[in-house]
Amino acid sequence: MDKSLSIVNTGEIVTISNLVDSSLKPKLMEMGLIAGKKLKVLFKAPFGDPIAIDLGGYILSLRLDEARLINVSY
Amino acid sequence: MNIALLGNPNTGKSTIFNLLTGLRQHVGNFPGVTVDKKVGEFNYNNQKHKLTDFPGTYSIYPHSKDEEIVYKVLSDKTHPEYPELAVVIVDSSNLERNLFLFTQIYDLEIPIILVLNMSDIANRRGKIINIELLKKEFPGIEIIETSARVGLGIDRLKQSITSFKKTEVTAKFINDFQLLSIEDFDNQTIDTEKRYKKIRKVLTNIVTEKEVTKDSNSNRLDKILVHPILGYLLFTLVLFVLFQFIYVFAALPMDLIDNSFSNLSNWLHDVLPTGLFSDLISQGIVPGIGGVVVFVPQIALLFFFLSILEESGYLARVVFIMDRLMRPLGLNGKSVVPLLSSVACAIPGIMAARTISSWKERLITILVAPLMSCSARIPVYTLLIALVIPSKTILGFINLQGLVLFALYALGLISALLMAVIMNLFIKSTDKSFLLLEMPTYKIPRIGNIGLNVLEKVKVFVSQAGKIILAISIILWALATFGPGNKMDNAISNLEKQSSFNQLSKEDQEHKISAEKLANSYIGIIGKSIEPVIRPLGYDWKIGISLITSFAAREVFVGSLATIYAVQDDGGENKSLLNRLRDEKKENGTKVYTLGTGVSLMVFYVYAMQCMATLAVVKRETKSWKWPLFQIAFMGVFAYIGAYIAFTLFS
Repeated sequence: MDKSLSIVNTGEIVTISNLVDSSLKPKLMEMGLIAGKKLKVLFKAPFGDPIAIDLGGYILSLRLDEARLINVSY
Repeated sequence: MNIALLGNPNTGKSTIFNLLTGLRQHVGNFPGVTVDKKVGEFNYNNQKHKLTDFPGTYSIYPHSKDEEIVYKVLSDKTHPEYPELAVVIVDSSNLERNLFLFTQIYDLEIPIILVLNMSDIANRRGKIINIELLKKEFPGIEIIETSARVGLGIDRLKQSITSFKKTEVTAKFINDFQLLSIEDFDNQTIDTEKRYKKIRKVLTNIVTEKEVTKDSNSNRLDKILVHPILGYLLFTLVLFVLFQFIYVFAALPMDLIDNSFSNLSNWLHDVLPTGLFSDLISQGIVPGIGGVVVFVPQIALLFFFLSILEESGYLARVVFIMDRLMRPLGLNGKSVVPLLSSVACAIPGIMAARTISSWKERLITILVAPLMSCSARIPVYTLLIALVIPSKTILGFINLQGLVLFALYALGLISALLMAVIMNLFIKSTDKSFLLLEMPTYKIPRIGNIGLNVLEKVKVFVSQAGKIILAISIILWALATFGPGNKMDNAISNLEKQSSFNQLSKEDQEHKISAEKLANSYIGIIGKSIEPVIRPLGYDWKIGISLITSFAAREVFVGSLATIYAVQDDGGENKSLLNRLRDEKKENGTKVYTLGTGVSLMVFYVYAMQCMATLAVVKRETKSWKWPLFQIAFMGVFAYIGAYIAFTLFS
């Protein structure tokens, strides 16, 4: 079952299934958020937003708004 | 030959640029856009090379102001900056994402030297790159491995730039590649998909990964630095230490500069033949230059500490923990650095806002930054506090004067945040706000990078603010030196007829004459004519004159008061000025500088947009007079109303 990256818990490893269409899509992809890529939710900022993920060896931080554009599966 | 240095952020691109060019670099402007262009030179085997450092980007297609220039230059073969050779820096430990930009540039058929930087870190992470295979994938390019942090491979890079010979590259990575327009998101998405797919396929043979125990130092640090409570506490502590250090260390050189310039000015006044031109030099130009140089220690120190925080990787964490708090205000986590810088000077602060990709968030940051109390306000605050606030201890340990100074800073900060909220409601925007920020691994800062960064920031300040402060100083000098008709001469001859005048010492006579001259100059007349407007705030025309001269830079207020009241501006504690101000009486015998007037003036200086240099920078950054004019208006209204309330409350 696909779910949004915004609700994945800290420490979980998931695989990106697809990105929601938006003007940010190319930017997200350029940063390495590509379908099929594994990622791990590393930690979240106070108030749970933004979040930081490990994306194949580098740490990317993004807001929940951006995370909602990313569908993932286990 | 144009050589462009390109690459993702956090790849060590600036380190390589600094190692190649050292001190032979300067910041200019790309024509037509407000993006700093860093150009440097280096010699190798008696050959000179010119290198342009482009802002770090993840793609040739831009998503923020800073990144646009890369697209502009690379997409236009007739652009004067179009490179004949691109040196593309990539982070070897993260080839997949880094090769994305590289393959785009490759497909533009620009000759490339590919620099695999951070090869030591990649090795430590167990990544082994087969360079021969990589070369085969990209025929025609040269590949060099470096570890810029430890200085490895830089010589080889110089060598291969020097021996570069232009060859036609026609092979493409994506065969049907076509350069797309910035707004063509659909086709950009298709290209990105294809490109990543192919990069991943290619890399499976090129990069082999050994299983290694991951270094979790970074992770452990992050547990503390972004902790909900510890994270903020630590950030507050860092800020506290930072400002303590800046004020302690900057005080001495600032006094030194201040004294040397006023000595130089006095000395020139004595040795130069009397005349208009000598006056222009000793009273217009020299103090004008002094007024610029005096800020350099604080700005240098601020950027020294900020660069350490940035280089170490901590600043990205600050953005991370502050973003959620700043968002309801219409700001961005990235607004923290511009606002912080503005405590030294709003000019570098406003320029630092360029990294904010959303135009609205960037604009709000720019508009509220000058409300942060900058260092030019300190001499004004200090004088007024010493004048009207008693030095006593309250609650057993708090010094009342210190508390008032703190309150003025807090007033500026709170007003900036409140104003941001209000503007957030009224400024409409169509572009989406987002935060996608790479968090670099923690590193020990490289002293060379920090030094060059400080130098660059100081240069920008001196060239941006310097010109304007100097120009305004000269204009104000002229307005203070000349007056209509022979009003000035009459006033002085009247003064000389008084018997009390002739009993004064030579020095006091001179002070009296300068005061009389100023009162009858154009500035004096302006000061008197605005008196009805500023009387409700508790000010007289003498204060009015000083308010006007503050347009050069706020701290000129102190010097102007000294001239008006005919006392020596000693550049230090201003004992004689303070005594004189305390004695100043109105016609009805009451004091001019009451608590009400003093507090009212302080509040006025918190709000009023009196810095022409800042306005010019805002105009440059927003590309329109609309926003600086708006700034003058809203800050002026705040200043007037705030000062009026303060005067009424404290009288």
